[in-house]
Amino acid sequence: MSASLANVSYIGAIILFILSLGGLSSPESSRRGNLYGMIGMTIAVLATVFGPRVTMAGIPWIIGAMVVGGSVGLYAARRVQMTQMPELVALMHSLVGLAAMLVGFANYIDPMAALNLSGAEKSIHEIEVYIGILIGAVTFAGSLIAFGKLSGKIGGKPLLLPGRHFMNLAGLLVVIAFGWQFMHAESVSAGLIALAVMTVIALLFGIHMVMAIGGADMPVVVSMLNSYSGWAAAATGFMLNNDLLIVVGALVGSSGAILSYIMCRAMNRNFISVIAGGFGTGGGKPAKKADGDAVPAGDVVSISAVETAELLRDAKSVIIVPGYGMAVAQAQHTVNEITQFLREKGVNVRFGIHPVAGRMPGHMNVLLAEARVPYDIVMEMDELNADFPDTDVAMVIGANDIVNPAAQEDPTSPIAGMPVLEVWKARTSIVMKRSMASGYAGVDNPLFYKENNRMLFGDAKKMLEEVFVALKS
Amino acid sequence: MRIGIPAETRADEKRVATVPEIVEKLIKLGFSVAVESGAGDAANFSDEAYRTAGADIVKGASHLWAESDIVFKVTVPTSAEVDLMREGGILIGFIWPAQNPELMQQLAAKRVTVLAIDALPRQLSRAQKMDALTSQAGVAGYRAVIEAANAFGRFFNGQITAAGKVPPAKVFIAGAGVAGLAAIGTAAALGAIVRANDTRAEVADQVKSLGGEFVKVEYEEEGGGGGGYAKVMSDGFQQAQREMYARQAREVDIIITTALIPGKPAPRLITAEMVRSMKPGSVIVDMAAERGGNCELTEPGQVVVKHGVTIVGYTDLNSRLARQSSTLYATNLFRLAEELCKTKDGNINVNMEDDAIRGLTVIKDGEITWPAPALKLPAAKPAAAKPVAAPAAHGKGGAPASAGKTAVLFGAVALLFLLIGAFAPAAFLGHFTVFVLACFVGYMVVWNVTPALHTPLMSVTNAISSIIAIGALVQIAPPLAEGLDRPDGWIRWLAVAGIALTAVNMFGGFAVTRRMLSMFRK
Repeated sequence: MSASLANVSYIGAIILFILSLGGLSSPESSRRGNLYGMIGMTIAVLATVFGPRVTMAGIPWIIGAMVVGGSVGLYAARRVQMTQMPELVALMHSLVGLAAMLVGFANYIDPMAALNLSGAEKSIHEIEVYIGILIGAVTFAGSLIAFGKLSGKIGGKPLLLPGRHFMNLAGLLVVIAFGWQFMHAESVSAGLIALAVMTVIALLFGIHMVMAIGGADMPVVVSMLNSYSGWAAAATGFMLNNDLLIVVGALVGSSGAILSYIMCRAMNRNFISVIAGGFGTGGGKPAKKADGDAVPAGDVVSISAVETAELLRDAKSVIIVPGYGMAVAQAQHTVNEITQFLREKGVNVRFGIHPVAGRMPGHMNVLLAEARVPYDIVMEMDELNADFPDTDVAMVIGANDIVNPAAQEDPTSPIAGMPVLEVWKARTSIVMKRSMASGYAGVDNPLFYKENNRMLFGDAKKMLEEVFVALKS
Repeated sequence: MRIGIPAETRADEKRVATVPEIVEKLIKLGFSVAVESGAGDAANFSDEAYRTAGADIVKGASHLWAESDIVFKVTVPTSAEVDLMREGGILIGFIWPAQNPELMQQLAAKRVTVLAIDALPRQLSRAQKMDALTSQAGVAGYRAVIEAANAFGRFFNGQITAAGKVPPAKVFIAGAGVAGLAAIGTAAALGAIVRANDTRAEVADQVKSLGGEFVKVEYEEEGGGGGGYAKVMSDGFQQAQREMYARQAREVDIIITTALIPGKPAPRLITAEMVRSMKPGSVIVDMAAERGGNCELTEPGQVVVKHGVTIVGYTDLNSRLARQSSTLYATNLFRLAEELCKTKDGNINVNMEDDAIRGLTVIKDGEITWPAPALKLPAAKPAAAKPVAAPAAHGKGGAPASAGKTAVLFGAVALLFLLIGAFAPAAFLGHFTVFVLACFVGYMVVWNVTPALHTPLMSVTNAISSIIAIGALVQIAPPLAEGLDRPDGWIRWLAVAGIALTAVNMFGGFAVTRRMLSMFRK
């Protein structure tokens, strides 16, 4: 295959990738979109393998590596539970980061790469290598920590080291200093030392950045790392002078950036401070517990599963607001059974999904889809918020901050201004929760003390099963 | 501990202090429950129903009082009942300590503990679930409308029939407390035109919310007396009020009065003159009859017809809906029992530190503790914190950035482009162009993605970013230029590792996306 033919194939692949992302604009077209993506990837890989830059000597190696990696990937894709999707995605980000690192190192020690370069071109190439490895390392380490946090292997609490912003700043300065050294390195081995130091710092920075972020901020982190992995691919593309990598990297990078922006807006946080990885720079978050006297007045009224079933049976319209608690308890199937039962009785059941519910963007949608809840009754927050006053029962399953009225009512609250689902406007709201503990933001939730709110304490799955049994009887 | 439920002894009292449904719950709290045989008969709860719920049926009041640690009662106990009581026991029910000083002395002499459900500090919001005055008043308000409908010779709702048009009944309700509001809701539900008045202007919204019309007295004075009760008003106000009532009396068909002032006789709102001015066949239900009546012509406990107007003075409206009243009252007492027995082991702890229980407790171990000291209520919150004006102040929201910021951003980008244009070689610029355009394409495409598919979006972008494999592919065995010292082994292993890693993403990412998308269905 000639170089031009390979290039044309790349253009075809780019178009297919864009169509693939475009297909996700609705569930109907999404399956075809995914197919486009697969075809695009196949074309890109084949065009490269049979293109002018790979000789036959490499084929066995390529096939071997593909088979090993591919079978691991397929196995993981088969076996993963939908509740574990965030972990899988984070782990995959880390693989992209690691691959970018490896490609960068290989490129640097390859004398072919910079064969005909000199002057500004050579400097730019070196900067590209340096930055490519940097982004790759940060993505790799950050994603690995995110994976650890999401899978519970590392505690969800944010680790806040003293003077952490200065540590990051110092790291950045060292990285720049070694970058200078790297570009003026006499030999490849001298350059490698600078690269290695920078890589270690980048890895530490990646670890530190994600360690400082708590469990419920994971949607932002996961989408941010998604963005980073895209930028890593783009940087590799610059390094290799490959437009396909640049385009795909840019697509993925901006996709992740948009997702993080959407997540930030849903939490009323500043986008810039998140992209930089420095959470907590503005509006002191978790530690700032509301002052003692601000404990909401009123009484918490608990309710039993049987009473919940009665309320649901008498309701004409029900809105269910799921949160991370539903994912933890694996309660989505029971939720679907209850939903089906109520819908058959003519109750208008809908789901209200907050953008940051769960641990990654769209997490709740996937869980509900897995449980076979039809997607046309799963609504976004903005579509649904106006309907709460006409709703008989709003059922909150394992969510807290995303239904906290303090965000609207109390200007001094740490989460003031965050858009929330206005469940308290429903005639009755039922909150299913394991205990009275406050949510991730450490803010007490006045919803629990509202007159029309009832608390159903216990494990979400167990309680919902009891509710379902009571409904049927 | 054992909870005893005696049969009520007062004439016309049909309520009972607990119902079978609540007996079960009390037993779950760890108590045992004894019910006097026949206690629930008047409210249609048979001994059998109580027994099924787990209660012991005891014959004779003396046995029951003697073997109960705690007695739940509805009405104020008679002195005969107090004599039956065990020393050191606990009594919960209506006591009205202000009106019954002798009873208080007699109870204190017995060295018992008495919780008067009527002494509940109603202004505590967590006390609402125990508020028997409210639950009973609600029932009475409903029943008052039913009594009025019974005595009234016409439909409540307006109808247009083949035989002609029937105008809706006009109902005026004096006093929009709990009973008044219940009456408004019931009358409105029957289709009547409902008007209501109260000296407390703040209830106007509640009246409207139930379908009534609030009639104002043309006089400026605020009538809230604390704790949700009304107070005695000034002469000028009373004059204006009388005029308003006189006008209403001429216009409406039914008047239901609910006006009470704590510790005082009921205010006289409806004079004989006003009754005379009403249309023949009209009805007055005087819910304050027991305390002297809001209407001058009321005869407590009786239904009388004066000047062609039926005046209902029943004092036992709750007993006329005994099953409902008993159920609600039983629930109130159950909530109180929950508060008293937080450990759920069937033992009661009268915690005098708790504001609600302190208020309820009128006698503690023979010592009169009534009246309770005034509550240290938190200073009224500054007028219900206003909703946050605009989230924009705090977050970035969707609002466009300010002009200044935009200018700075554009300036920075322009400078960056200038630098790149000045120093970068042509080859780089070509790639840079592609990069910037691709960012914009990505931006446009991704904004169109529906939020429901954000997780598949992430996994598919993940799969796509395995395109990095190409970087590794071209390194593994490129056509070599002559005479280069290339560390082949190192590069090959790095590249092989890179390919294997990205292959995980490539296959895994697309496969898992496919799996996810296949689950989305209508």
